[in-house]
Amino acid sequence: MRVVLIAFGIVGLLTVGAATARADDYVLTIKEHRFTPAEIKVPANQRVMITVVNEDATPEEFESSPMKVEKVIAGKSKGVVRIGPLKPGRYPFIGEYNEATAKGVVVAE
Amino acid sequence: MLGALIIVFREVIEAGLIVGIVMAATRGVVGRGRWITIGIGGGVLGASFVAMFAGVISEAFQGAGQELFNASILGAAVLMLMWHNAWMARHGREIADEMRRVGTAVSEGAKPLTALAIVVGLAVLREGSEVVLFLYGIMASGTSGSALLVGGLLGIAAGAAFTALTYYGLLAIPNRYIFSVTSWLIALLAAGMAAQAVQFLNNAGLVVALDRTVWDTSWLLSEGTIIGRLMHTLIGYTERPTEMQLMVYIATLFAMFLLMRVARYSPRQRVPAAAE
Repeated sequence: MRVVLIAFGIVGLLTVGAATARADDYVLTIKEHRFTPAEIKVPANQRVMITVVNEDATPEEFESSPMKVEKVIAGKSKGVVRIGPLKPGRYPFIGEYNEATAKGVVVAE
Repeated sequence: MLGALIIVFREVIEAGLIVGIVMAATRGVVGRGRWITIGIGGGVLGASFVAMFAGVISEAFQGAGQELFNASILGAAVLMLMWHNAWMARHGREIADEMRRVGTAVSEGAKPLTALAIVVGLAVLREGSEVVLFLYGIMASGTSGSALLVGGLLGIAAGAAFTALTYYGLLAIPNRYIFSVTSWLIALLAAGMAAQAVQFLNNAGLVVALDRTVWDTSWLLSEGTIIGRLMHTLIGYTERPTEMQLMVYIATLFAMFLLMRVARYSPRQRVPAAAE
C-alpha cells in the first residue's frame, strides 16, 4: 500500500514538474554531434538555466569543468543545465562522447 | 579507435582508483575478494539499468533527477567510507598485528566489507553508466562502430590494468603503515565526494547558497587533463571550488577524523589493552 502511495506521489511530482517547467531563454541543440549555437551569451553573476536539446539518436554528456556541470542527455531528449553565477569570461563546454566535434563556449558578460 | 579508448579509459580509472584503494584497505581480510566482486558485479548491473533509464532519471524532479541521483550516490558512498574508517580505527591495529603474526588473512573484517562492497558498487555504477551510454551510442550510430567498440573495450582493459597498478602500488607500503595510509586516502576520497555531491545539489537548484567561486587554479591543473581528473577523484581537486564545496570538504574531513578518534578511544578497546 505504502509503495503504491509513494509511486503515486512520484508520478504526481513528475506531472507537476512537467506542468510548471517554464520556457527557457537559453537553448542549445545537439545535432550530428555539434552544438548550435556554438557560442552562447549569458549574463554574468547570476544563475542561468540552459536547456540542452539532443536531436541525435545517441546519448551525449554535456560537460564543463569550468562551469562545474556534467549531465547526460539521452538520445532524442532534452535536459536542463543550471549554471552560475559566473564571473565574466569564457567557459568552454564539450559533448564528452563526441569531443572532436561537440564543443562550444558560454560567454558570461 | 584511440578516441574511444581514451574516453572509456578516463571513466574506468575514476572507478578504478576507488576500487584499488578499497582493495588495499581490506588487505588481509578473509572473503574480501568475494565482496569486492559482488560490488563490481552489482555496479555493472546497476550501471546498465541507469544507462537504460537515463532519460527517465533525467526528466524526474523537474529535470533535476540526474543531479539528485548522483548526489545521493555520492552521499551514500561518503557515509559508507566514514563507517569503514571508524571501524578500522577501532580494529585496524588488531588486524595489522594478526597479519604480522600469522602472515595470512584474518577473518575479523566482516563488517567493513559490506560497506566497502557498497562503495565499490556505487563507484562502478556511476562511472560505468557513462561507459555503457557511450558504448551504446557507438553501436547505435553504426558507421565505423566496430573499431570504436574495440577501442572502448581496450579502454576498459586499460582501466582494469590501472586499477591493478593502484592496488599493487599501495601494497608496497609496509604492513605497519598500510591502514593509516588507506584511512587517509579514504578520508580525502570521501571529502572530495561530499564536495562533488553538494555541487550536484547546486546544479539541481537545491543548495544554491554560498555559490561564489573561491579560487581558480585551472591555469595550474585543469580538470580536463588526466592528472586533473585523477586528482579530482583521489582528493576531490576542483579547479574552481565554490564556498559551499570548500566548506563541505573541510567539514567532511573534520567529521571523519572526529569519528575515527571517538571510535579509537572506546572503553571496549582499552580494557583488554590494560589487562595485558
